[in-house]
Amino acid sequence: MAHRTVVVASAGGLHARPAKLFVQAAARLGVPVTVRLGEKAVPAKSMLGVLSLGAGHGAEVTLEADGPGAEEALDSLVALLSRDLDAEEALDA
Amino acid sequence: MPEPSTPEPSTPEPSGFLTGLGVSRGRAAGPAIRMAAPPTLPPPRPATDHATDHAADHAAEAAIVAQALAAVAADLTQRATAAGRATGRATAAGHADGTAAEAAEILEALAMIAEDPVLLEDAERRAREGMDAARALDAAFAEHRDALAALGGYMAERAADLDDLRHRAVAFALGLPMPGLPAPGHPYVLVAEDLSPADTAGLGPDVLALVTERGGPTSHTAILARGRGLPAVVACAGIMDVPDGTVVGVDGGTGEVAVGLTDEQAAEVREGDRADRARLAAGSGPGRTKDGHPVKLLLNIGSAKDLRPDAEGVGLFRTEFLFLDRTTAPSFEEQVAAYAEVFAQAESVIVRTLDAGTDKPLPFLGLPAEPNPALGVRGLRVDRLLPDVLDTQLDAIAEAARKTGAEAWVMAPMVTTVAEASGFVRRARARGIARVGAMVEVPAAALRAGRLLREVDFLSIGTNDLAQYTFAADRQHSALADLLDPRQPALLQLIAMCAEAGQEAGKPVGVCGEAAGDPLLAPLLVGLGVTSLSMAPVCVPAVREALAGLTLAECRDRALAALS
Repeated sequence: MAHRTVVVASAGGLHARPAKLFVQAAARLGVPVTVRLGEKAVPAKSMLGVLSLGAGHGAEVTLEADGPGAEEALDSLVALLSRDLDAEEALDA
Repeated sequence: MPEPSTPEPSTPEPSGFLTGLGVSRGRAAGPAIRMAAPPTLPPPRPATDHATDHAADHAAEAAIVAQALAAVAADLTQRATAAGRATGRATAAGHADGTAAEAAEILEALAMIAEDPVLLEDAERRAREGMDAARALDAAFAEHRDALAALGGYMAERAADLDDLRHRAVAFALGLPMPGLPAPGHPYVLVAEDLSPADTAGLGPDVLALVTERGGPTSHTAILARGRGLPAVVACAGIMDVPDGTVVGVDGGTGEVAVGLTDEQAAEVREGDRADRARLAAGSGPGRTKDGHPVKLLLNIGSAKDLRPDAEGVGLFRTEFLFLDRTTAPSFEEQVAAYAEVFAQAESVIVRTLDAGTDKPLPFLGLPAEPNPALGVRGLRVDRLLPDVLDTQLDAIAEAARKTGAEAWVMAPMVTTVAEASGFVRRARARGIARVGAMVEVPAAALRAGRLLREVDFLSIGTNDLAQYTFAADRQHSALADLLDPRQPALLQLIAMCAEAGQEAGKPVGVCGEAAGDPLLAPLLVGLGVTSLSMAPVCVPAVREALAGLTLAECRDRALAALS
């Protein structure tokens, strides 16, 4: 079982746009990934699950995956969560 | 006796007339389309003892569950793409459209929720265990909804989105039309039980007129329609029985809805409306009675984009409209920018401080729910709990006035006592705000108008709330619409008391409620002694024309007749 711990960098937390980008990325991976915050663990490709974590800015979440491609999959998601996706939105606008 | 099977021959006359309350002038004709109400679940089917015997049925229900969620997601994705295209067009035309971009993002996120594999699995499992598809969807959504609601704040707002998705998915499973605003792809008359602020926010340019079965003259439907210049009829009994696609003619002045128009009749209605609007648009200039008595014609606005050159200033700047969808308090800088944008473009502006209340909660205030919110902590009363909010706002108004060189007038909503008014005046004057006033919406304030005017520089009467509180009748309650009629003598008498007090004190007393924009009522209000009328921009031409047709003495005669 591969796992990574990462701090949510987005200013607004793992809500709204950052949650959308994260879930889209997770769904594309083809490797089932679990996100854990405290006691709660949800599939990374579930928008409702990820939203229900209520992970705010600075929250420490753990990503877990198994099998071939797990390490790479987790690395890509860690890279995404380490960026402030809300700030990037501001630049887009 | 069986129904006749041959279709009735088309008749040259409209097949019928329905009558409601005309709440927004103008005429329109087009096919009526009903907004579907949220679906209700049918009674549960009988429980089966031998689930395995029904495995095939259950698999079929599970398949419907999957189709329903896919259909809802596809619909949302399509709308997101359309909104995205609108953004693209706006950007290409040189002005970024933040609203369309935001709408596209929201729709995309909702589509992802509808596509959520966990939700699908939950609902399918319930179907395989013996629930019908509609119930399985309902139950799966309910569980996730509760989980989000429990998180509070931003997530709790998403819970309301889930309800919308649930209604759509359940409607699909039951073979009902999807609830929400219709999108037929051609102009239409929108027919509904009633419209919520959320429904009306999404109204597109295809909507020709609004007709609702319920609602009163001061309901959201009425206010929105006047703001957009859409003809509207509310409290129109029977309109929900008119089949979709029937061509109706709507007269938002008389409240009459003609059902079953021919193409020629529909064209006549449209031509008549064009002629009316052309005649009104030809008028201009300040408000005057026939004999030259000046009455200021002012605008009710929610932001700078509502401003029109065709008036003598802003009589009601509803600042809460800038922040309705916010979950965090707007900063000082943000408020300065929003106010300055209005000050820079209008010759005089009366800013109303935040008016959070029953019908327009401001999420960022985080006010607790109340059993009786119309009688609870709203308007200036919020200051009892959160004084910082008003301090920041007054600072921002004063700063915006300094930056633009405008003379800012400011007034507080829901002022009830003289002590409240003087407290507000003190805080506003301490920041150098030039003119400080109070709204009169509570009968207690109207009764003490003379005393209030020793504290404040002006009064502005909000007739919608003043009627609600004088007649103890909820302004959204369609069964009580007659009590909310602004022609009620008790309401007019309170207005007269305020106007007389203003004349004695030599201070302005205006009306900024919906009555001010009604061309039949405006002369009456002037006859009562009101010095300004503030209304939705679209109402100005008709009110100007109405005043120009009567002398002040004639206005007074009307007022006396109405009071007797």
